[in-house]
Amino acid sequence: MTDEAPLLEASGVEKRFGAVVALEAAALTIRRGEIVALMGANGAGKSTFVKILTGALRADGGHVRIRGADRVVGSPAEARKSGLVPVYQEPSLIPDLDVTDNLRLGGTDAAKFTRWMSELGFTEMDLAAQVATLPLATLRIIDLARALASEPDVLLLDEMTAALPTDLVEAVLRVVQQQAEAGRSVIYISHRFAEIAQVCQRAVVLRDGATVGEVPIEAGAEERIVEMMLGEAIKPGETAAQRATPAPKGAPRVAVKGLGATGKLTDVSFALHPGEVLGVVALEGQGQDELFEVLAGARKPDRGVIEVEGTARRFNHPADAIRAGLSFVPGNRADALAMQQSVRDNLALPFSARARAWGPINMRREGEAVARTIERLQIDTRAQGEVGRLSGGNQQKVTIGRWLAHGCDTLLLFDPTRGIDVRTKRQIYPLVRELAEGGASVLFYSSELEEIQLACDRCIVIFNGRVVDSMPAAEADEPRLMRAAYGLTGSAA
Amino acid sequence: MLRFKALLRDHPIIPLLVLLALLVGTLEIMRPGIVGERWIANTVKFAIPLAMLAACQTLTMLTGGIDLSAAIVATISSFVMATLVPFYGAAGAIVLSLIPAVLIGLLNGIGVGLFRVHPLIITLGTGLIGTGCLQVYQSTVIATGSEVPEALAWLGTGRTWGIPNALVLFLPFAALILFAQRRTGFGRLLYAMGDNEGAARLAGVRGWQVYLALYALSGLIAGVAGLLYVGLIKAPSLSLAVPLMLPSVAAAVIGGTSIFGGRGGYAGTIVGALILTVLGTMLTLLHMPEGARRILFGGIILGVAAIHLRLTDAR
Repeated sequence: MTDEAPLLEASGVEKRFGAVVALEAAALTIRRGEIVALMGANGAGKSTFVKILTGALRADGGHVRIRGADRVVGSPAEARKSGLVPVYQEPSLIPDLDVTDNLRLGGTDAAKFTRWMSELGFTEMDLAAQVATLPLATLRIIDLARALASEPDVLLLDEMTAALPTDLVEAVLRVVQQQAEAGRSVIYISHRFAEIAQVCQRAVVLRDGATVGEVPIEAGAEERIVEMMLGEAIKPGETAAQRATPAPKGAPRVAVKGLGATGKLTDVSFALHPGEVLGVVALEGQGQDELFEVLAGARKPDRGVIEVEGTARRFNHPADAIRAGLSFVPGNRADALAMQQSVRDNLALPFSARARAWGPINMRREGEAVARTIERLQIDTRAQGEVGRLSGGNQQKVTIGRWLAHGCDTLLLFDPTRGIDVRTKRQIYPLVRELAEGGASVLFYSSELEEIQLACDRCIVIFNGRVVDSMPAAEADEPRLMRAAYGLTGSAA
Repeated sequence: MLRFKALLRDHPIIPLLVLLALLVGTLEIMRPGIVGERWIANTVKFAIPLAMLAACQTLTMLTGGIDLSAAIVATISSFVMATLVPFYGAAGAIVLSLIPAVLIGLLNGIGVGLFRVHPLIITLGTGLIGTGCLQVYQSTVIATGSEVPEALAWLGTGRTWGIPNALVLFLPFAALILFAQRRTGFGRLLYAMGDNEGAARLAGVRGWQVYLALYALSGLIAGVAGLLYVGLIKAPSLSLAVPLMLPSVAAAVIGGTSIFGGRGGYAGTIVGALILTVLGTMLTLLHMPEGARRILFGGIILGVAAIHLRLTDAR
């Protein structure tokens, strides 16, 4: 097998966006039947590399050889012809069309697609459903099934599992393994070591746009990869178990009573105290999206009460929630950012929101507030003229930093570490703790169970639109959370 | 090459200025001696009303909208003003004539902001309604006659030491817009709304307030542009500024403002208006049939917009 030319071989790949160097020496080799992890901190260039390999972007330099022949992959269609098929980080379906029409656009065989969907656990997929009405997790699975239906030689998965609940992650990993067994190859991008350890043979590590090494997946590989990614050793994070968590005292800042909306959110009650980080755990689509949207004023509840500082509030618009001190950081960064505008404009956006602030901006004072936020969150400002050019981690810092600069009593963080690198994650947990120590309240939904102990004081588990369990973070180990998230515990809160 | 592209991307106005200089140079070659103080003053005089109407397009386009009623609003306020002068005097007529302009703007803003009608549709509709109202209005005032006040004629056509008086109005106006687009909260919201309306909403922006203010402002600007234009043309009519409709959109587009919102600005629009005005002069000199001239005009606009996009887009 080794004497056969590699399926895909890329070396010295370069890409610049204006003054920003995204890639300078990216390299990767994959052979038939291999599953290779592509790893790197956010901004290391993983997504750019994948886009170049699959023809969505053009490289400024370097070689890409497919089955031993030099190629310039000029378009996604050419890449597809050569057997390279990607599933990108963002769903690539047209929201206003139904699933069938989306398949037709890409020339996907509906029968094969349906077979893969049932392989992935969606046995009764409604092909007439309008894409906009489907949950994010389903869209990701559709993207994957569509890619699989074209029978790719090399499947490139960019953060495929980032927005998926655990059961779907398992299904994806199973399918990835099947690909390898059938002699096909997979390039697997993820920040989750557990998944990589489960399916990959080796990991190619990118740092600052260059391939810095390759690590075979074996015991201890995790630490080596992290070291390579960071270029420095990292300290294990402090966990709640080591922290003395005082029981919440006094009146709650936000009290939610019997909240319900759109059928998915049926009956949720909890109290959030000043200085407290309350974790929210739920499988995909248990009503957590609706809960956060209602608290943010972006959706109207059907029933229930939100009390802030003891007073019942009705939020008809996000502006009402913000005035009551509740600020929302949505799960999808593209929902929160004006991508073509500068870091400054995005950070300062809430300052200008109210009509009384429409006049001249105090540039000096605002500039200082923005600079302080950039400094505090260590936002990479090399591409600050356009937020869309920042890496995912830096974009996330801008969406959070906006509310730090503006000031808020209660921060609603919806999966704030989704698809971002270890380094940024490890900046976000202490930041959340620091905000709480400063007296803020934080509601923290996470799709990664271990984060509950890393960042929260207490957590509630939502299943089927109801709170089914609640516990201090010290007791929130993954088995207990997992059981509760699947609705297997009796001790309702 | 990369640095050159980066330069153009950061300063998209440079290629526009180069193009303007090229056009003026070509004109001078076509008709030696034409480019002089008098010609420049004339070009500026005609470019200013266009640039003001194009401000309506630029501001609304930043939010992803458009104001197709602007030229009709300009016509309405100029006609109403001219017919009211005999009753209320110049100052009173000017103030009164801006009321319908702002009203139509408010109507646009209500349609876009509260009823979520697409700007293209609502401004087209209010523009047609405005045209109809103007015709009715004309039949009621037919006997009273009309008059263009001295002051507006001075502003529209006059020159002082060779410099067009219209600049007295336009320079502060342009400075205000340029300041407002990047250094006021309102300006920032225009860009943010055009870029991602949902994100602006989550940041606490009440979109309807922005749309209402924006389209009312657009109506006011169009009204003022109309008054200036009638001072230049000196003959109020029911279709005075209507021929400026599409050129006002073209000036904004050539100037680099994206019709999809979030990108561009007024500086480019001003140069765009100058380019279109010079181009108009050039085509007049070519002694072509009107049809051929229009075809060429349209072709050049498309070409310039395409090249400009190519030069300034990073992808």
